[in-house]
Amino acid sequence: MSSGGRPPESGSRGGPERPRPDGGHPRRRLKRTVAAAAGLVAAAGTRVRAIAERVGQTPPPPGPFRPGFWRSPLRGPWLTSVFGLVLLVGIPVLFVTGVLSYAAYNPDLSGLNDKTPDKGLLGFYLFDWPTHPYWLYRLVQGVHVTLGVVLVPVLLAKLWSVIPKLFTWLPIRSVAHGLERLSLLMLVGGVIFEFVTGILNIQLHYVFPGSFYRLHFYGAWVFIAAFVVHVCLKLGRMRRALRSRDLVTELRTDLAHTRPEPPDPDGLVATAPDAPSMTRRGALAMVGAGSLLLLVVTAGQSIGGRLRTTALLAPHNRNPGGGPNGFQINKTAAAVGVSAADVGPNWRLEVHGQGPALVLAREQLLAMRRHTAALPIACVEGWSTADQHWSGLRLADLAAMAGLPDAGSVLVESVQSSGPFRRVVLRGNQIHDPRSLLALHVNGADLSLDHGYPARIIVPANPGVNNTKWVRRLTFRT
Amino acid sequence: MARFVRWYGSGPLHLLVLICSFALTGYAMVRLFAFRPIEVAIWFVGAAILHDLILLPLYSVADLSAHFVLRHRGDPVPQVPWINYLRVPTFLSGVLLLVWFPLILELAVPYEGDTALTQDVYLGRWLAITAVLFGASAVAFAVELRRVRRAARADEEGPPADHDTKP
Repeated sequence: MSSGGRPPESGSRGGPERPRPDGGHPRRRLKRTVAAAAGLVAAAGTRVRAIAERVGQTPPPPGPFRPGFWRSPLRGPWLTSVFGLVLLVGIPVLFVTGVLSYAAYNPDLSGLNDKTPDKGLLGFYLFDWPTHPYWLYRLVQGVHVTLGVVLVPVLLAKLWSVIPKLFTWLPIRSVAHGLERLSLLMLVGGVIFEFVTGILNIQLHYVFPGSFYRLHFYGAWVFIAAFVVHVCLKLGRMRRALRSRDLVTELRTDLAHTRPEPPDPDGLVATAPDAPSMTRRGALAMVGAGSLLLLVVTAGQSIGGRLRTTALLAPHNRNPGGGPNGFQINKTAAAVGVSAADVGPNWRLEVHGQGPALVLAREQLLAMRRHTAALPIACVEGWSTADQHWSGLRLADLAAMAGLPDAGSVLVESVQSSGPFRRVVLRGNQIHDPRSLLALHVNGADLSLDHGYPARIIVPANPGVNNTKWVRRLTFRT
Repeated sequence: MARFVRWYGSGPLHLLVLICSFALTGYAMVRLFAFRPIEVAIWFVGAAILHDLILLPLYSVADLSAHFVLRHRGDPVPQVPWINYLRVPTFLSGVLLLVWFPLILELAVPYEGDTALTQDVYLGRWLAITAVLFGASAVAFAVELRRVRRAARADEEGPPADHDTKP
């Protein structure tokens, strides 16, 4: 586009047809051709610009494209920026807890743990998931899910506050504007996609197309790419807008004194606003109340104890029964096709390692030295239990029995014959934590069938589904 | 530089940041769309359309119609700004439904079998919360109405008061 700005040289378009006395000289011919091409491009550029100018003067069609269509006296850069600031804090927390949760599955350890084997560079940050502190996964995932739910009203408010921009006229003003709008489609589509898949998944409403792990993980990267750009492009404007009004003054302003913000270059402020029916503090309070209400009816399922029942609308807000085994169940035995007959007197635990395999009946396991650990069950769906008192064999002891005291990993296989997570691989640090058990008892009683009788894995800070139930085989590897 | 800005519509940094972002978007999208691409695309774009072109217009129209249909018609008494007494409980009850509708409407098929919990409690709970929200709003409105009408009566009977509390 080197000559894009130059006026076309007269006659240059006819150049190739003119007689060429020196036509035999290749360098000169080349020069002339280049000049001609440049002239063509310049002419085309001028024409395109002329067309663009004419299009640019096209009046917007009636309806939402007209600035007068939007009437809310509250819309404006300050209000948008307040919601934006909340999301600017909240969304990075969601993203970080999300990628941590992904790492907690140790997807780089084995294909069995990995629901996204084609992740490529997106798994660049993966690390050995620790077992300390033992409540780490409970915290990470509780925050991820509860915060996601709590941010819904803020997200709705933010999207409401910028809706006139969707109908901006012209739809595409320049290359930059077009690219930015494409990025905004990724931003808005991405954020709603992430919230919707997450919120449906925690309620076991599996209507989305395909594996939740794939959709939510890759969707998060599509979204975050657009989010970072959006923050880069708008941070300055947000800071200026936030400084344009004083929050305390705004919180003291009543309806009679509520005025629209001054006109802004982005066109968020209505050109013909209605009389206000709500103050800015009222709008902030309503959105805040929505978040608070969602927090109240949700958080209890992650906090547990007496607060569990306060989570009125959350999926794991009641205990499924009383007694030592009366805590939350992710999937019952019946739901995954495990029957009492599968784990009856004929059940044996196979332990593989170096040398011949050990085959042990439950009585033999009970005769061995048992240890205890107080650990929670924490699910990717955000709910968790308080610490349960488990008793059983240390995985480290089983590794030593298998002839591999320094085992680097163990493949755990369940009696469960189909469905995801019936086979997982645990890492060396998980095996060697003294609190990692093959549990036989919980809270002083035999495990119930729904909690994995006759034996289940319990590892500190491990995602719930990796604490395999109804274990039938352990294969230790170096 | 000026020529670039004129052609592109913004500075070169804008372009660099966007290309960088699109590269990552592309990398993730290839994987996002690896299985059932059309359905995933419908969900992705549909998410934006469902919100921007359906949900938002619906609640905006509902808000405007409430304003229009339920306005006071020639009441002799002073008016109390009432819309927020309707708007706030509707919004609160609405976001609860929006987030927890699969459980409230008992759509989560595997829920009861998986968790050994029943799903039939949620509709009642949501309705109860909704009743409490609207009930509290009604009480607050009644109190406000009483206060304003009393003040107006006092105004009529007593000496003229200042009018800066008028909505």
